[in-house]
Amino acid sequence: MSLLVPVAPDNPDVPDVPAVMAPSGRARLLAAPSATLADHLTTFGRRPHPDRATLLHTLEDSGLTGRGGAGFPAWRKLTAAGPAPVVIGNASEGEPLSSKDAALLRHAPHLVIDGLRIVADALAAAELHLVVPVRLRPAVAAALAERDDDALTLHDAALTLHDAGDGFVSGEASAVAALVEGRRAVPRDHPVRLAVAGVRGRPTIVHNAETLAQLALVARFGAGWFRSAGTLDDPGTRLVTVTGAVPESRVLEVPGGARLDEVLCAAGADPDALRAVLVGGYHGVWTPQLNRTLSPADLPPGAGVLLALGHGRCGVAASAEIARYLANQSTRQCGPCANGLPRMASVLERIARGDRDTGLALEIDRLAGLVAGRGACHHPDGTARLVLTALETFASDVASHIEDGRCLEEAAR
Amino acid sequence: MTDVLHIDWTAYRGHGSCTELLEGMLREDDWGFPVAPSGNDAPIPRGEEAAAREAAALCPRLALSIRARV
Repeated sequence: MSLLVPVAPDNPDVPDVPAVMAPSGRARLLAAPSATLADHLTTFGRRPHPDRATLLHTLEDSGLTGRGGAGFPAWRKLTAAGPAPVVIGNASEGEPLSSKDAALLRHAPHLVIDGLRIVADALAAAELHLVVPVRLRPAVAAALAERDDDALTLHDAALTLHDAGDGFVSGEASAVAALVEGRRAVPRDHPVRLAVAGVRGRPTIVHNAETLAQLALVARFGAGWFRSAGTLDDPGTRLVTVTGAVPESRVLEVPGGARLDEVLCAAGADPDALRAVLVGGYHGVWTPQLNRTLSPADLPPGAGVLLALGHGRCGVAASAEIARYLANQSTRQCGPCANGLPRMASVLERIARGDRDTGLALEIDRLAGLVAGRGACHHPDGTARLVLTALETFASDVASHIEDGRCLEEAAR
Repeated sequence: MTDVLHIDWTAYRGHGSCTELLEGMLREDDWGFPVAPSGNDAPIPRGEEAAAREAAALCPRLALSIRARV
């Protein structure tokens, strides 16, 4: 299905750009042939200038959810924002398995910037910020230099570029707010929502880079077009990173509600060669059932990471490595996280090594319950989820380790 | 509306005066940190308001605050 959408600038001083066709294939965010402004304009047309009410209605109708991990409806965050907010585009991507935001900035930086500008204009933002990994700063700065937003922007807020922090939790919203204030990018206690009091006490909206790029398309081509891909419950497309036991790690744009095996095949992997997939990244869940779908109602996509585990690999050992990494990524600000995560990792490592103490799995349950919900961010909760899903999905490994002192999965390799 | 005692874990250093003062509300975890029923917040039961205020005032790190339940 194609849709002819005239995207004419409402500012008469700006030269006209011919009407463009809305992207009709699977590639939407990645539909432009290159990252240049010229290709961006030829593919997508100029950015529209919806007012606040129009933007919120269109976003609500579209069903667009946040693509940074939590999956919160995109329009709700905007509704919650107080007056003259600080708007932050977040491409920190602290999850080491994920490279979709980096791919987006490399291939379509102008969509991300459009999304940020559209939100800022509609909400009469006081400040705009874009947080990007240091290695991508030159590419993003070059994209910004190509643009003529001064002529197009209704509010004179300048866009400030920031270097992202490098820790796992540095992309968490309150950590990003701290970074924009010039502090270290670590999460902080925020009993009052950032939308009410964030950067220097001002109303603050932090949206993931892909969310902003999707928003830039929804604002152009409408909610109906957005919903023409994906499912009723999970409309549109999303970027996913497929990594692990695959020929090479890849970023793909897939429709909402896609089956895991379809995504894995599209990434060049053989689903029959896989034992399980960790869906959603290091804070995600393992599943051995590859006919399940990547969607909020089935397997929440998180930031869109699929980590494939091949047959013959011990799931407990793989998870213990991840748990140790996550424990090391605690910023050690919060006692339950600083103490509890290393303890959980140690117990999982003991099971992985073949320690035959039958109380270990119960101890993990207890520790997971103890750390959950106690901290300035959700790092303890995500780490607890990872160790619990490992025990559940790889129960046969756990049993063979405890009963036989060795891993039957690895022995069968 | 019940108020809650909110714990700012980034400030909390485990002096323990709060768990002593609020024995009925908070217990200690393996490392001496308070365990509240809902993670970062402990609902303040009727009759414990004064003790909760005292605990918040005595915390040397200002890690405790009394907030309206949201």
